[in-house]
Amino acid sequence: MSTQGNLERVLRSGGFVVTAECGPPRGVAPDMIRKKGEMLKGYVDAVNVTDNQTAVVRMSSLASSVILKDMGIDPVMQMVCRDRNRIAIQSDVLGAAALGIKNILCLSGDHQRFGDHKGAKNVFDIDSVQLIQCIKGMRDDGRFLSGEEVKPGPSIFIGCVENPCIEPLEIRAMRLAKKTSAGAQFCQTQCVFNLGSFERWMEMVRQLHLHEKVSIIAGVTPLRSVGMANYMKKNVPGMDVPDELIDRLKGVPKEKTSEEGIRICVETIERLMGIEGVRGIHIMAIGWEDVVPEIVKSAGLYPRP
Amino acid sequence: MIVADRKPFDEIIKMLAPYSNILVLGCNECVTVCAVGGAKEVAILASQIRMRRMTDGVKTKVDEKTLERQCDTEYLEELKDVIGSYDAVLSLACGCGVQFLGERYIDTPVLPGVNTTFMGVTEKQGFWTERCQGCGNCVLDRTMGICPVTRCAKSIFNGPCGGSWGGKCEIDKDLPCAWHLIIERYKERGRMDAFMEIIPPKDWSTARDGGPRKRHREDMEI
Repeated sequence: MSTQGNLERVLRSGGFVVTAECGPPRGVAPDMIRKKGEMLKGYVDAVNVTDNQTAVVRMSSLASSVILKDMGIDPVMQMVCRDRNRIAIQSDVLGAAALGIKNILCLSGDHQRFGDHKGAKNVFDIDSVQLIQCIKGMRDDGRFLSGEEVKPGPSIFIGCVENPCIEPLEIRAMRLAKKTSAGAQFCQTQCVFNLGSFERWMEMVRQLHLHEKVSIIAGVTPLRSVGMANYMKKNVPGMDVPDELIDRLKGVPKEKTSEEGIRICVETIERLMGIEGVRGIHIMAIGWEDVVPEIVKSAGLYPRP
Repeated sequence: MIVADRKPFDEIIKMLAPYSNILVLGCNECVTVCAVGGAKEVAILASQIRMRRMTDGVKTKVDEKTLERQCDTEYLEELKDVIGSYDAVLSLACGCGVQFLGERYIDTPVLPGVNTTFMGVTEKQGFWTERCQGCGNCVLDRTMGICPVTRCAKSIFNGPCGGSWGGKCEIDKDLPCAWHLIIERYKERGRMDAFMEIIPPKDWSTARDGGPRKRHREDMEI
């Protein structure tokens, strides 16, 4: 169980990684995951599987990850602290590792207020920093959170997220430092629309030498329409979409908006590739996965290593 | 103090439907301070019930009384000789009072007239907010006197989460992010080193998760 996953392999070889995202279906539709997997296969090094994102019930991240893994894709299983206590979390980590999942991304999770079960009880027994520490302890020390022995421990490449565009930025850099010292090995960031803000954050990250300890994978999202850009700006927590971007989308004829959105995304990637310490990009094209190959090719990131 | 909200009037009327002789019982402690279950609120609610019953043509007797506390046996004793004459008691005390009264007088149904909401403070006249969840293991010394269990919507110990925006919580733009407040205080007191310490998983066994709690002082027993 100690062989590396593809994401870790590419990062360790010094390559610039490309990851994308796959949101599981709201029903028993494994073929939907396979379809998304087929679209992404060969164009990305790993695929994130979200864990009931925005607190809307979907097929489990673990089951969906296994479906992708069986297709030869390296899944990054997302795990949030909202729905499970430490007993269930550690149990799922063991199960995921036993089924061949190599990467787990640790998140707090969106509050259930945003989802379709607003009356649900939330758990948050442990938080995302403690989750990172927990998986590291299971892997490196062979111990559960209780101190009891794990026999044998799971081999997991541990990921975290950070939002590089929320003020105060220094807190976001310091929080990444906490996650790194907890054991995070890679960090996929929230969507970067505000490059100035991201560059300032990266400067702080470099000052703390975090980029030498954790692989920073910058998140990008192609904007499909002016409506989507406005929606993200106003309704998605922690999303900083500058007005200039929205104006640029407004400046082209409506039938060309998505093309312009892809162009903005590719330009963003090109700028991100030039920033010291950025080790890859994470393309979050939720509901628009078919555009990922075009973005990867246009950014000169195809073929994959 | 314990803060409560009065139940919707229609819910109260529905609850009281089977009963004709009713005692509306207030409590002179927390629910009086948060203006939901003191003598004044008892008088208003009793009048409302009488008027509604009269309009509905249902013969009803509604009496009013307010005890010093409903969570202490000695004050509950005051009802000893009268409670038997009522079909039901509508208590405006918190959930503790409603239950304790019902335990003392098992033959009389005791119904809740308020929804007990939280342990909190009066921020300003007419505005109460939550401060404590009674987790049984206080961490305020480590978090600059601001409780992450209560004031963070996710009760996280190593915040702020990615949904904190402009010092506000992702669930409500009027709600301050607890971790933003904590960090501001770390900064003011030159204690950002404390922010960098990872707070380990909390032992929740002292909270509700460990089962109903009790406190026993044998030296105080008589």
